[in-house]
Amino acid sequence: MHAQVQTQEQHHGASGSLRFNGIGKTFPGVKALDGISFVAHPGQVHALMGENGAGKSTLLKILGGAYIPSSGELQIGEQTMAFKSTADSIGSGVAVIHQELHLVPEMTVAENLFLGHLPASFGLINRSELRQKALNCLKGLADEIDPQTKVGRLSLGQRQLVEIAKALSRGAHVIAFDEPTSSLSAREIDRLMAIIGRLRDEGKVVLYVSHRMEEVFRICDAVTVFKDGRYVRTFEDMSQLTHDQLVTCMVGRDIQDIYDYRHRPRGAVALKVDGLLGPGLREPISFEAHKGEILGLFGLVGAGRTELFRLLSGLERNTAGRLELRGHELKLRSPRDAIAAGILLCPEDRKKEGIIPLASVAENINISARGAHSGLGCLIRGLWEKGNADKQIKALKVKTPHAGQQIKFLSGGNQQKAILGRWLSMPMKVLLLDEPTRGIDIGAKAEIYQIIHNLAADGISVIVVSSDLMEVMGISDRILVLCEGALRGEVSRDQANESNLLQLALPRHRADGVAN
Amino acid sequence: MMTTQNETLPTERKPLDLRRFLDDWVMLLAAIGIFVACTLLIDNFLSPLNMRGLGLAISTTGIAACTMLYCLASGHFDLSVGSVIACAGVVAAVVMRDTNSVFLGVSAALVMGLIVGLINGIVIAKLRVNALITTLATMQIVRGLAYIFANGKAVGVSQESFFVFGNGQLFGVPVPILITIVCFLFFGWLLNYTTYGRNTMAIGGNQEAALLAGVNVDRTKIIIFAVHGVIGALAGVILASRMTSGQPMIGQGFELTVISACVLGGVSLSGGIGMIRHVIAGVLILAIIENAMNLKNIDTFYQYVIRGSILLLAVVIDRLKQR
Repeated sequence: MHAQVQTQEQHHGASGSLRFNGIGKTFPGVKALDGISFVAHPGQVHALMGENGAGKSTLLKILGGAYIPSSGELQIGEQTMAFKSTADSIGSGVAVIHQELHLVPEMTVAENLFLGHLPASFGLINRSELRQKALNCLKGLADEIDPQTKVGRLSLGQRQLVEIAKALSRGAHVIAFDEPTSSLSAREIDRLMAIIGRLRDEGKVVLYVSHRMEEVFRICDAVTVFKDGRYVRTFEDMSQLTHDQLVTCMVGRDIQDIYDYRHRPRGAVALKVDGLLGPGLREPISFEAHKGEILGLFGLVGAGRTELFRLLSGLERNTAGRLELRGHELKLRSPRDAIAAGILLCPEDRKKEGIIPLASVAENINISARGAHSGLGCLIRGLWEKGNADKQIKALKVKTPHAGQQIKFLSGGNQQKAILGRWLSMPMKVLLLDEPTRGIDIGAKAEIYQIIHNLAADGISVIVVSSDLMEVMGISDRILVLCEGALRGEVSRDQANESNLLQLALPRHRADGVAN
Repeated sequence: MMTTQNETLPTERKPLDLRRFLDDWVMLLAAIGIFVACTLLIDNFLSPLNMRGLGLAISTTGIAACTMLYCLASGHFDLSVGSVIACAGVVAAVVMRDTNSVFLGVSAALVMGLIVGLINGIVIAKLRVNALITTLATMQIVRGLAYIFANGKAVGVSQESFFVFGNGQLFGVPVPILITIVCFLFFGWLLNYTTYGRNTMAIGGNQEAALLAGVNVDRTKIIIFAVHGVIGALAGVILASRMTSGQPMIGQGFELTVISACVLGGVSLSGGIGMIRHVIAGVLILAIIENAMNLKNIDTFYQYVIRGSILLLAVVIDRLKQR
């Protein structure tokens, strides 16, 4: 553990503790944050932990001025902050280093560092001054970076250092890191840790959002845990805290039984995945999905779940391994191949990849199946179209005034049902569901679980990706856990609990080896 | 991101439908309004001679606009159509001069259009090159080819039977106008009642979703451009027939007239919205205003300013509608 240099309260500009006083944030229909209160002290690295959707990112966005809180206030030192924009936040000495960095790849490091206030006289940029200022900025952080290099040529780790240098050059007192190590190499992580240590020793307030236990125990002086948008607990003394305690604190809640699980007999193997490799997967993945089985795929963001689905649905080509569907080898070159074989995907991002927003509900339902029901391979049969749309809308209880309504006016849950209706119009063998209930209210969720169960009962093999632990445990017969592009384990329904799933899903340092 | 759980759609239903109704029909009503206004305000506007001229002016733009609709609805556009029109006329004239066969001449022109369209479609769909750049390039290539084939000057046509396309009449209606009406009907039907038409709209509405829904995105795009090439060539053949010669310099800036007609009528530049009635409305409005300006002897220089202003207005309206 690090010696806690209890603060020497003598900084320039903004100083003192960062206080969250009852911060809440409500989006239409969803409470993302509810009365968050805690203090992060200067000269400390303060970790924020929680499952996906716990509210960490929302809190950082409020800190960075991207969101305005619905209630509560921020305080730095004695001063109450009311950020109306990201510029307000930066001006008050706050820097948020996001996962996706905000640098212009085609411009040089120096230009990026001083973007918006380049040293210039009469609009003419003073090159030598710019270079000198940039060198000063990078000194001690990343001496090897030449300010004239284009940012696009730097490694991800180096870009992050440029972002940190930028924050420091603006006199940041509060520096928040959002999953900073997710794409760094081990050496880059070491360097980042050293720099964060230095920021702490200089008396900055450092917030550190990460899923990686190992890093949290290595660098942080305090941990605050969130769950479902609520503050759970702050641990001030890391030496008294164990790994298991922290995990238990992150989970732990009653399961409401909206899942309505019913036992089903498991059929023969439907989909056999053998040594599959492709973009986003670090190790070959093998598993089997049975007829009539609901197979859960759990993992944190970046675990490779969506990437695996992109391979199974033909969006990406696999680089190794083979797929077998009901005993026949499959070669998928496009989503059309997968659909023809009966492997159907409901994508994670409904708005971007699922619906055609301007088209009607009927259009969105019929788009895939109409080819097989058309005359001469291209003439649309109006009767079939209307009949099928009405049938699916009725069967799935899609709430829409009429089938001709543009789908963009429907709620997320009803859009999801319409996409399910699209696939129910098709011959289906395997259904891939990527975050099927994200952003959907509880009533529609229960209806979607019902649909999933009925499909499985009909002998369809359903694979559900979810980062919602409750959901995965609630509906799956069997759960596969992915972590950092590799399959980490398989847990049966009876043995699954929150802590063993989370243990498997949480990345550890490579040297730690595999859990269990 | 988050979606409202508000299911009180019935209350929303009426204003929405009114808005959609306006979106769908307002420009066609405007076209009729302008037509009526011109009838009342301009002498000789309704004279048979002027109506015939107006119909012919609509025909070339109208035919090309039918398939430009598909390009725009799929989220692309085609700048090469003006050059295709010129080149088709030249190819038809040259082949007829050399073979003395009208059939071969017209076929050669249409095949030329098909090839240009296929090249556009394959480069845009398979190689994922931006449609602006691709068709800007083919626009210049095809224009150059037209001059090369024609040896730099107009190529006269002497085959009488060729003039049927441009100057023939059926029941007193000029053939180009009949062909235009057939195109409006056919492509309007195609868009709504075939998988090809619906897939075109889906690609323009959300290409990623269409791909994941199993639409053959690449093939549909190639067909869109190929058909557009053929129909552009058809318009070129009709124009050459009307002028009894293939002229390599004709149709400069024509692509922009066609695109502005579509957008003016309500076809979205960003794809996913478009109906044949939009196209008809846009083509009518542009042609009527131009005709009226000619009848009123408005100076050509002012006509440019007015046409440009109408285009600007159309794009601004397109933008505002997306709010």
